[in-house]
Amino acid sequence: MIGWIILIVVAVLVVAFIGIYNSLIVIRNRVRNAWAQIDVQLKRRYDLIPNLVETVKGYAAHEREIFEKIAEARSLAVNAKGAADVAKANNVLSDTLKTLFAVAEAYPDLKANQNFLALQEELSGTENKIAFSRQFYNDMVMAYNTGIEVFPRNIVAGMFNFKEEQLYQVPTAEKEAPKVSFAR
Amino acid sequence: MRATFYDLINRNKWKTFLFIVVFSLILAAVGYLLASVFRWGTGSYVLFGLFIIFYNLVLYFNSDKIALLVSGARPADPHEFQRLHNVVEEVAIAGGIPKPRVYVIDDPAPNAFATGRNPKHATLAATTGLLSLMNRDELQGVIAHEISHIRNYDILLMTIVGIIGGLIILFRDVFLRWMWFAPRRRNDREGGGPAQLVLLLVGIALAIIAPILVVLIRAAISREREYLADASGAYLLRYPGGLAGALEKLGAYSGKLRTANGATAHLFIANPFGKDRGAVRSNLLATHPPIELRVRRLRSLEIPADGGKPA
Repeated sequence: MIGWIILIVVAVLVVAFIGIYNSLIVIRNRVRNAWAQIDVQLKRRYDLIPNLVETVKGYAAHEREIFEKIAEARSLAVNAKGAADVAKANNVLSDTLKTLFAVAEAYPDLKANQNFLALQEELSGTENKIAFSRQFYNDMVMAYNTGIEVFPRNIVAGMFNFKEEQLYQVPTAEKEAPKVSFAR
Repeated sequence: MRATFYDLINRNKWKTFLFIVVFSLILAAVGYLLASVFRWGTGSYVLFGLFIIFYNLVLYFNSDKIALLVSGARPADPHEFQRLHNVVEEVAIAGGIPKPRVYVIDDPAPNAFATGRNPKHATLAATTGLLSLMNRDELQGVIAHEISHIRNYDILLMTIVGIIGGLIILFRDVFLRWMWFAPRRRNDREGGGPAQLVLLLVGIALAIIAPILVVLIRAAISREREYLADASGAYLLRYPGGLAGALEKLGAYSGKLRTANGATAHLFIANPFGKDRGAVRSNLLATHPPIELRVRRLRSLEIPADGGKPA
């Protein structure tokens, strides 16, 4: 009789153990997938910029300074390596784009251009997508970190070395609001 | 006390769970009653019960096609409806679901619905009226509400609720039929006594109120899921203002949706017949809570302009 009880208890523990381990794998892979998705959106932004610049140049060719700034920022962002550098470079790129749209305010013909409006909506949408994909990444990190810290899952997590993941955070220097200058 | 997103979401999920439990208990009670008094040929009724389940499953797997057909929706062209497509894609990313198929309904009445049995097979439709009435933030709020319905598996839930409701009505009909056609057999059998009598009276009471309860509980669950979609949508965007503003505009609109239909009414963000406007307390039969209450709940999440201390 005792033998059967022990057998059942062991069986339950084994099943629970496997279940916990598998669920940890699933939530960790979600974090990795979510991180990769951010890059998908960033790349989309890089791809949209040349078209936007060309459209604005068609109406405001002499605003050379801002075009150079954007080209530089875009190039830096595309070539950045490592999470922190990519994040910083993209924040700089965001700022230059905001300046470009501020400059465009002075050209009513440009603002009426259908192509420009469509591009503006695309970029605005892309900015939102980047933000939401970062938000989603953080949601997955929160779920994962909680998952490996609560009892009894932390026992299994410890045994297989599941490490805590980092939340996406804005680099401190960039937290100041961007200064949009209208000076020519 | 000012609520957090998590408070609202948990409260709604808990209420839904309670309603399902009550619903299932009623089903169990009626079923048990049936089992204890009913003696002969269960064959045809089992068949009928299976039909109810089958019928609801067919509805469930085709819910998107049916809803689209009834409302006269057409696929939204990505160039013509660029902003709509972008907003849907943004919110889908925030929610971690694949982008639903996007449809448009040509109607000046502002409204939107989402359908589909799970996030992988989801469809979303918006009226042209909605697109012209809302600014980008408000549109985003409405879409977040709809995508929350998808993520919360509300279509599946309402299908299960439909099945349970259908079965309750079925059992009740069987019970009444037995009562009507077999009074003599009751007397021939074992004396019965007070226990049988009590069972009978309970059965009659249940039989009378069962259909009313089914309708009330189904409506109550629908309302709770609307509140939950509001709360989940606000959480998804980490911002309740867009949806609150959209609901306020919806509340001010007085027209009816041209293709408004009783069968699909519960799928829309606002009652397409306009029944939730101007209401102050929840009508027990309503599929949607009064818009004013929805706005109040959402605004209660906001931090006041003076920075207000959290209560």
